[in-house]
Amino acid sequence: MLLGLRGATVRFGGRPVLDGVDLEVAEHEVVCVLGPSGSGKSTLLRAVAGLQPLDAGRVLLDGRDQAGVPAHKRGVGLMFQDHQLFPQRDVAGNVAFGPRMHGLPRRERDARVEELLELVGLPGAGRRAVAALSGGEQQRVALARALAPRPRLLMLDEPLGQLDRSLRERLVVELRELFGRLGTTVLAVTHDQGEAFALADRVVVMRDGRIAQSGTPLDVWQRPADAFVARFLGFDNVVDATVAGQAAATPWGKLPVPEGAAQGTRSLLVRPAGVRLVAADAGLRCTVAARTFQGTHVAVHLQPEDAPRLQAACPLRSAPEVGDVVGVEFDAGEIVVLDGAGGS
Amino acid sequence: MDLARTEVAPRKGGAKGAAARLGLMALPVAFFAVLFAWPVAAIVARGLDVDGAWRFGRLWDVLAQPGIRHVLWFTTWQALASTGLTLLLALPAAYVFGRFAFPGKQLLRAVVTVPFVLPTVVAGTAFLALLGRGGLLDELWGVRLDTTVWAILLAHVFFNYAVVVRTVGGLWAQLDPRQEEAARMLGASPFQAWRQVTLPALAPAVAAAALMVFLFTFTSFGVVQILGGPRFSTLEVEIYRQTSEIFDLSTAAVLTLIQFAAVGAILAVHAWTVRRRETALRLVDAAVTARRPRGAGQWALLAGVLVTVAVLILLPLGVLVQRSLDAPGFTYYEALTRADGGTFLVPPIEAIGNSLEYALAATAIALVIGALAAAALTRRDAGRFVRGFDALLMLPLGVSAVTVGFGFLIALDEPPLDLRASWILVPLAQALVGVPFVVRTMLPVLRAVDVRLREAASVLGASPWRVWREVDLPMVRRALLVAAGFAFAVSLGEFGATVFIARPDNPTLPVAVARLLGRPGDLNYGQAMALSTILMVVCAVALLVLERLRTDRTGEF
Repeated sequence: MLLGLRGATVRFGGRPVLDGVDLEVAEHEVVCVLGPSGSGKSTLLRAVAGLQPLDAGRVLLDGRDQAGVPAHKRGVGLMFQDHQLFPQRDVAGNVAFGPRMHGLPRRERDARVEELLELVGLPGAGRRAVAALSGGEQQRVALARALAPRPRLLMLDEPLGQLDRSLRERLVVELRELFGRLGTTVLAVTHDQGEAFALADRVVVMRDGRIAQSGTPLDVWQRPADAFVARFLGFDNVVDATVAGQAAATPWGKLPVPEGAAQGTRSLLVRPAGVRLVAADAGLRCTVAARTFQGTHVAVHLQPEDAPRLQAACPLRSAPEVGDVVGVEFDAGEIVVLDGAGGS
Repeated sequence: MDLARTEVAPRKGGAKGAAARLGLMALPVAFFAVLFAWPVAAIVARGLDVDGAWRFGRLWDVLAQPGIRHVLWFTTWQALASTGLTLLLALPAAYVFGRFAFPGKQLLRAVVTVPFVLPTVVAGTAFLALLGRGGLLDELWGVRLDTTVWAILLAHVFFNYAVVVRTVGGLWAQLDPRQEEAARMLGASPFQAWRQVTLPALAPAVAAAALMVFLFTFTSFGVVQILGGPRFSTLEVEIYRQTSEIFDLSTAAVLTLIQFAAVGAILAVHAWTVRRRETALRLVDAAVTARRPRGAGQWALLAGVLVTVAVLILLPLGVLVQRSLDAPGFTYYEALTRADGGTFLVPPIEAIGNSLEYALAATAIALVIGALAAAALTRRDAGRFVRGFDALLMLPLGVSAVTVGFGFLIALDEPPLDLRASWILVPLAQALVGVPFVVRTMLPVLRAVDVRLREAASVLGASPWRVWREVDLPMVRRALLVAAGFAFAVSLGEFGATVFIARPDNPTLPVAVARLLGRPGDLNYGQAMALSTILMVVCAVALLVLERLRTDRTGEF
């Protein structure tokens, strides 16, 4: 394992921000830590970087304990959230900074700068002032600067956080290609699930300083570990349920669950695609409270009598109007029984 | 000198804007024309105009005198030495204030700033009590430094410590610590990260602070007057001596011109460094960058700064208070209420009342003039002419109090403007010195008022007057109070100009202290200590009130 965390713990004023985190990152792996703000994901990166001392636990790089190794000797790179380019230096000066600190001779340094600017798609931009760069260009320079000293592990803190949507989607593809080509080991953190799923071989979801779930993007998307992860991924149809056999008792009535589902008091996730609209006199009776256009489909917000709201995904043509009364039936295939009780 | 400038793209003002600007500028311009430009012109005439003919050769005649050349040399090298020593002692403190959070930081910041608003006379007296004949060091180890240049240098550090700590420390606190971390991640050691990233960002602020210190020490008057003895004399002291002891007004005028040129050059360089300082830096909220010291080295640094402050700032002031009480009961304080010392026509205690009256009047004048000037300078359509006025406003601060006093003395004592007999002369001179402080305090705050707030208010139906009343005034009220406090403290301690023009029967506190020190005898010495203590307490209280009012946006003084 290239990187290993063993019970890594950081407390700010007694409150644990990182709470006994165990994490492994293999060589050439791209791991994305996903979590809401305040979940401790930036602190995780700073602890690995050596910028934040651990209160307990260990950080291992190539199996070696990093306690007492200062930040500049760990051989890891960190791309900061707002890039932190040095405003007094031009683009080349920023990219050359790392090689210069490592004592690379001038000629090799210049060559390395050229090579990296080429790599990130900014050939010949060396003499430009960083203040004159656009957001996307700054991001590319920051990446080139972080890669320049050839770190064994590259860490990215909200790498695309400040860019607008279309640019973000384009850059995420570029990054994915680049890391694949270079074989870079990457540990990134983000609060944007789309970014994490697009970038990562493996996604780690964090909550309150602990790891809530770890798995491939497909795993995490299909089987969220608990109600928190499900809600964080944007699923709203999460309720308490009592599962017995292949049926679950919920506020929405008796719902079918897949074969072999865990039994007892559980949280239940119903994907919007599993909420089928039928005639008003069949199934659960709901009033359409709102509808929002989502591009490929319409999200319909349904208000049953005496039960929490439901969200359904409908094709554009057949979506009901606000105020319509409809019936609802559920597909077992789109229902996931989650671990642990409690809908929150 | 202001760090927090948020410039909005300039907009061309119409005829109406120009008229409004002229209206705002009229009074400040008239004030400076009559009280500054005219006296300076009078000095030039007095120095170079001999019997109706211009004699520029006078400059060389005066400069050729060995005594004058010695004064020039001493003035320059002591200013350089004072500046170097101040930077050496104050830069670690700037780091501590900029980067560390520790209990009592607010109080310590106030303590460090006290000397800056203290009258030079008080500082001189305090160091005399510490280092002089019969002083603390003399008593303990038989060491006297008042006959050496060290007393002057240490007193200069005492004064200007705060200039460096606040200017450099203020910026340091706003530098994003992640810039250094970014360098660390690229393989820079802690020292390399500081050297490569932080130092270049700080350099212009350090240069600006160093220039201010050089300026203040180059034109030092009160401190050198009291601690310099017959051996050491700055240009400023020499001008005073030529005027009041030798009565050679012509030589004094030439010396003033030399000083004027030197100060103009320093201010020009200063303006240039300030402009450079405004290049893009990553600034963040100072509140988020400070953290508790980590590791033995950082705690040792904090302890070192605390010891420096204790020895350099608290000790002299403590000794001053102790000396003022160094007689049975409150002998020295009681003596202040009697007029039998022969030094004064009135009991010295009356100087307190005089000082307060003058300072209040001067504060009112400085506030009106300074606020009008700041408002004119804030207008977005401010052009080159207004910018020039901005620099001009700084001149009285640097051009030295003695120049102002001397100028008043020779320009305002004859028709059409004979103010020699009027009490207003002293407050006018003090206000002239106070206006730059008011402008420097108000400008950053006024400039920081987001123009969109004003636009929001007028879209909601507020008239221009109501906009000012509802949006601007609440935001600048604190700055206005801070400015008033500074103007008050500056007027209260003003010595260089006042000593020229205060009437013998109406001395101010600093003038009374200097006169008492000039007389032999323990009683006079003790009274000087007592009066200095009173002055120090008044100034310190004014400052502590200011510190409570101060916001991050207000200027750096």
